[in-house]
Amino acid sequence: MIRIENMVKTYGSIRALDGLSLNVEPGVVYGFLGPNGAGKTTSMRILSGLARADSGRAWILDKEIGQPGADVRALIGVLPEEPAFYSWMTAREYLRDFVAPLYQLHGQVAAKRTDELLDTVGLKEAANRRIGGFSRGMRQRMGLAQALIHRPPVLLLDEPVSALDPAGRKEVLDLIETLRGQTTILLSTHILADVERVCDVVGIIAKGRLIVQDRRDDLLARYVTPLFEIESDNGFGNWLEWVRKQPFVTNVSVLNSTVRVLVRDVHQAQKVLLESLAREALSVRRFEVVHPSLEDVFLRLTEKEA
Amino acid sequence: MLRTLIAKEFREQWRTWKVIVFLVVFLITGMISPVLAKYTPELLKSIPNLPAGLAGIIPPPTLADSVAQYLKNTSQFGILLVILLTMGVMAQEKERGTAAMLLTKPVSRSAVILAKWLTGMTIIAAGLAVDGLACFAYTAVLFEGLPVGPFLLMNLLLVVYLGVYLTVALLASTLARSQAVAAAGSFGGLVILIILGSLPRVDDYMPDKLATWGSSLVLKGDINAWPALGVAAGIIVLALVIACLRFEREEI
Repeated sequence: MIRIENMVKTYGSIRALDGLSLNVEPGVVYGFLGPNGAGKTTSMRILSGLARADSGRAWILDKEIGQPGADVRALIGVLPEEPAFYSWMTAREYLRDFVAPLYQLHGQVAAKRTDELLDTVGLKEAANRRIGGFSRGMRQRMGLAQALIHRPPVLLLDEPVSALDPAGRKEVLDLIETLRGQTTILLSTHILADVERVCDVVGIIAKGRLIVQDRRDDLLARYVTPLFEIESDNGFGNWLEWVRKQPFVTNVSVLNSTVRVLVRDVHQAQKVLLESLAREALSVRRFEVVHPSLEDVFLRLTEKEA
Repeated sequence: MLRTLIAKEFREQWRTWKVIVFLVVFLITGMISPVLAKYTPELLKSIPNLPAGLAGIIPPPTLADSVAQYLKNTSQFGILLVILLTMGVMAQEKERGTAAMLLTKPVSRSAVILAKWLTGMTIIAAGLAVDGLACFAYTAVLFEGLPVGPFLLMNLLLVVYLGVYLTVALLASTLARSQAVAAAGSFGGLVILIILGSLPRVDDYMPDKLATWGSSLVLKGDINAWPALGVAAGIIVLALVIACLRFEREEI
């Protein structure tokens, strides 16, 4: 559905993409992960026709980008990281009178689709307000609405929830969930929680190259070291000595009333740790499996590359 | 697609009051030009302690003075307004990110430029219509009726004349990535055209000559400026082509 082969893009002495290759299967939500400056936005810009690669090739729905007569823009919906609008237009005008006709949607069809989308993204009440007065979160939702107006088979979303509050974030991720299977989505983000929530496949990019691409569950199982955080009201006593000796434990650290236990096998650890805590009759206030941040995974992967 | 883009441009000009300011200034220019032509000699004569005999040599106002005032005011205010109206149109879209939003949709980049150019030219034509009608009416009241056909032709020449500045400003706005650079480029283009228009022999080929030709048409003179018209049309076409080619290749 989306394929990039050996793509290179330089800006002066900066090599934004350094032989990037990736493949997105139809219908999946592909999490495009990486720190700032990794090349995510550059890739998105090339796929959406705003920039040209120095070398390498890319296809969307078997149409090669940049080739004469292969305009893929009618097939994609794009949400840039910071969507920009004409501040003097209302939300309804922007969608119904400007964006929809560019996709050959006119009259009642455009009006109906506009109302539908404004409702979907939670902007129904603000439909007749000027976009210039919208908050950043509202603009992000508006950006999503304009990307969806023509029901594109492919969506390119660049950090779609980074500007949203927790409630807005949930709503947008829920919306993306509903598109799973019908739309192929390339979603760039630097937040692991978003990936865990909605992505089927994950590609991690650093310094313009794809470091790893795998199904989400396989990747998390492979690279994310599970960590247990346990809090107790009456201390841990001898339990700490016992837990340090367990073969599935790789590290134990204590900070105030919280113990952090790094393990190899999360399922075994969960069972054994809970049983042992009960046996010792410790007054456990919190027992939680914590996933390390993307930065931790990312550092491990880049260290491995080096 | 072009229709949608043009509709957006007109709506933008209207909502941001630009077109209203443009039309009002042109209306005032059209009204005030014959009035100034009529009463300037009177005002001069009324200056206290005017040297003896000077009042006698101030000629009485004529139709030619009204036409000259109209051409002078329209070109001065017109050029300034056209540049101010146009210099930000492309640079602003790039600077604010709306160009990036637009170009991910199935639109031709040349169509974006053409929509802005056609809108600008239409606003110039509307401005000159308001300007011309006001001048026509006031001149008829204060002097005598202007010949309709030649006056219309003169205004068509003014459309081309102002169109040159519009297209140069549009080119500058397309080449620039910020509004400040676009403004510098637009006024730089204006300065170059003024300098070229003031050079002997070269001035016959410059757009300024179109105003002289227009005046001659109305006042039944024998001046024409076909070469200047050709050069003006050439500048417009060339600037548009360069703007389109440049924008087609630009990374947003």
